[in-house]
Amino acid sequence: MQQEYIVKDPFKTEEYMINMGPQHPATHGVLRLVLTIDGEIIKKVEPDLGYIHRSIEKMCEYDTYQQIVHLTDRMDYLSSHINNEAVCLTVEKALELEVPERVKVIRTIISELTRLASHQLWWGVFGMDIGGLTTYFYAFRDREMINDIFEETCGARLTMNYNIPGGLMFDIHPNFVNRTKAFIKHFKTKLPEYDQLLTGNIIFEKRTKGVGIISKEDAISFGVTGPTGRGSGLSCDIRKSHPYSAYDRVKFNEVLFTEGDTWARYKVRIQEMWESISIIEQLIDNIPDGDFKVPTKAVINLPKGEFYQRVETARGELGVYINSDGNKNPYRVKFRSPGFSNLSILDHAARGSKLGDLVAIMASFDLVIPDIDR
Amino acid sequence: MMLPTEWIHNFLYALMPEGIAHAVELVLIALGFLAFFAVAGLYLVLLERWIAAWVQLRRGPNRVGPWGIFQTIADALKLVTKELTGTTKADMFLYNLAPYFPIVAALITISVFAYSQSLHAFDINIGIFFITAVSSIGVIGILLAGWSSNNKYALIGAMRSGVMVVSYELSVGLSLLTMVLMTGSLQLSEIIEVQRTGGWLIVQGHIPAVIAFMIYMIAGTAETNRTPFDLVEAESELGAGYHTEYSGMKFAYFFLAEFINMFIVASIAVTVFFGGWLSPFGITDEIFWLQPVWFLAKVFVIIVLMMLFRWTFPRLRIDQILTLEWKYLLPLNLMNLVLMAIIVWLGWTINF
Repeated sequence: MQQEYIVKDPFKTEEYMINMGPQHPATHGVLRLVLTIDGEIIKKVEPDLGYIHRSIEKMCEYDTYQQIVHLTDRMDYLSSHINNEAVCLTVEKALELEVPERVKVIRTIISELTRLASHQLWWGVFGMDIGGLTTYFYAFRDREMINDIFEETCGARLTMNYNIPGGLMFDIHPNFVNRTKAFIKHFKTKLPEYDQLLTGNIIFEKRTKGVGIISKEDAISFGVTGPTGRGSGLSCDIRKSHPYSAYDRVKFNEVLFTEGDTWARYKVRIQEMWESISIIEQLIDNIPDGDFKVPTKAVINLPKGEFYQRVETARGELGVYINSDGNKNPYRVKFRSPGFSNLSILDHAARGSKLGDLVAIMASFDLVIPDIDR
Repeated sequence: MMLPTEWIHNFLYALMPEGIAHAVELVLIALGFLAFFAVAGLYLVLLERWIAAWVQLRRGPNRVGPWGIFQTIADALKLVTKELTGTTKADMFLYNLAPYFPIVAALITISVFAYSQSLHAFDINIGIFFITAVSSIGVIGILLAGWSSNNKYALIGAMRSGVMVVSYELSVGLSLLTMVLMTGSLQLSEIIEVQRTGGWLIVQGHIPAVIAFMIYMIAGTAETNRTPFDLVEAESELGAGYHTEYSGMKFAYFFLAEFINMFIVASIAVTVFFGGWLSPFGITDEIFWLQPVWFLAKVFVIIVLMMLFRWTFPRLRIDQILTLEWKYLLPLNLMNLVLMAIIVWLGWTINF
């Protein structure tokens, strides 16, 4: 009887599938999401990867350790300095090489600048994803200054290469300190503008509060890290728990929000920008003198064994695992990329929410697709 | 003093028999509106780009002609000459028919407004009703486009549009009805006449009129499918929404209609709330050529306001849009209507 009624129902609704991506404005790259939706409500999200797979890990097996560094900035192109640093730290750890203090401080400053640039871009794109195009241009105004600093330092504006095993490729540019200070001064006046434009907006609050909630337990079991995890109250900042470079000597807070929704993840990143500013301010006047690298051999042979180093990129925990058999090439390299783990919880977070929410949730994860696919 | 429209009228009637002269007048008026339609539509696009650039710290169009004023003409030429690519698996009849609905609805609607005392082509006694009725035909085009394109993104966009426009039409209608209580007439010339003697309606009706204006602006922005209510085409969610499968001139019809609709929404607001072609305090009401200037100046201000909405606000979600309408705007509107009725009944309006 019940069955018959359903068949005769003229208002019978069906679930249907829709492809979001690989070419889609909200997936910021070539991520393909196969959505099962019922009207506007999302029933299932299946990420389909592989559209930008370049087999970086396999390529690493045929390269020397100096060359591997230059592949990593193609993974998470918004944290390229931090990716490079991760590989360099792993190699230095394996060689038991102690880099000069100057290198450590410069690496920290550069990493934090990278994080700022990445979060700025994320903020612009976040606004764009929920419909306010203006944020993008405000973010790029400030990001341009960081890119100029990077261009002067290492010659590139996107896939930067500055770290090498044993130190830095060159010493910092004479303008570096002044320009960084000028940027910090500029950005401290402009960051409140970000809040004025987006954070206090009632529409923005309605769009983000209570959307895509991730509990702390889920964050742990899905391996969510970075600002995405810290928005759920998961204390996962590698800079704090396993300090590397000069993070052990600077004072900064690990930003934690417990709501676990899109709003919390947004606030974490905004707060992290203030923390990054504070870190740079503490270090920029105290760059110690000394060498900018320790000399290494042209071909580095790592000792036999397994080496692992984690760093905190702008997106979360990046782990570099190198398995060496004592040759000039690694036997196996594995990158634990933050984007891949963060993407895995998307289905869990987005189920039952609206199509518009999915875009907001995805934007709050700050996904970089080449980082997921490698 | 003789108005230019009267001069043309007398000239034509002297030249040819009455019936033909009348027909020629109709054609002239239609051509005039078509030309105005094209120019207004194109230059509103340019205005939007300038304002967007100004808000977003960019330079905006500045290459084609001085300050880029020919940019929009170049864009139009590109759209006209572009090949019409589209899907072949669509319902071709409806797919080709859909772009005409918004553009025809918009064209009919802009011909009703009183641009000045004499520049008023079509002064029917149900003016406001006619405008709201005809301008809502446009949504049929959007629904048809989405339905016939055989594209899920387009379908979602069209359904959102249907839900939204039907809801917000209530608010537009009720807020205009609130103002009609004061004028006692739906005829546009009558509405302006009331304001000539007693001051602009937004001043006459004070509190309820201001509330009605705010509701009207929100609902009017929603009617035109612009940010923060642009989830019909929500580019970050649906690609391009209902016009995903359209290109070239077919797309341009939808695009132009959006901008003309903005002009319509602003024109209704100016006519009903801000005295139409009347100048502030009646300083230049007698100079006939200043009347359309005043009208367009007021329209310009309201359009700029709507453009600033677009470039500062993020987008609402579909359920939030419906909540806003049915839970907040509609009850508020009904209460406002009662309040206005009481005020008009007790004669508490402000009259100069």
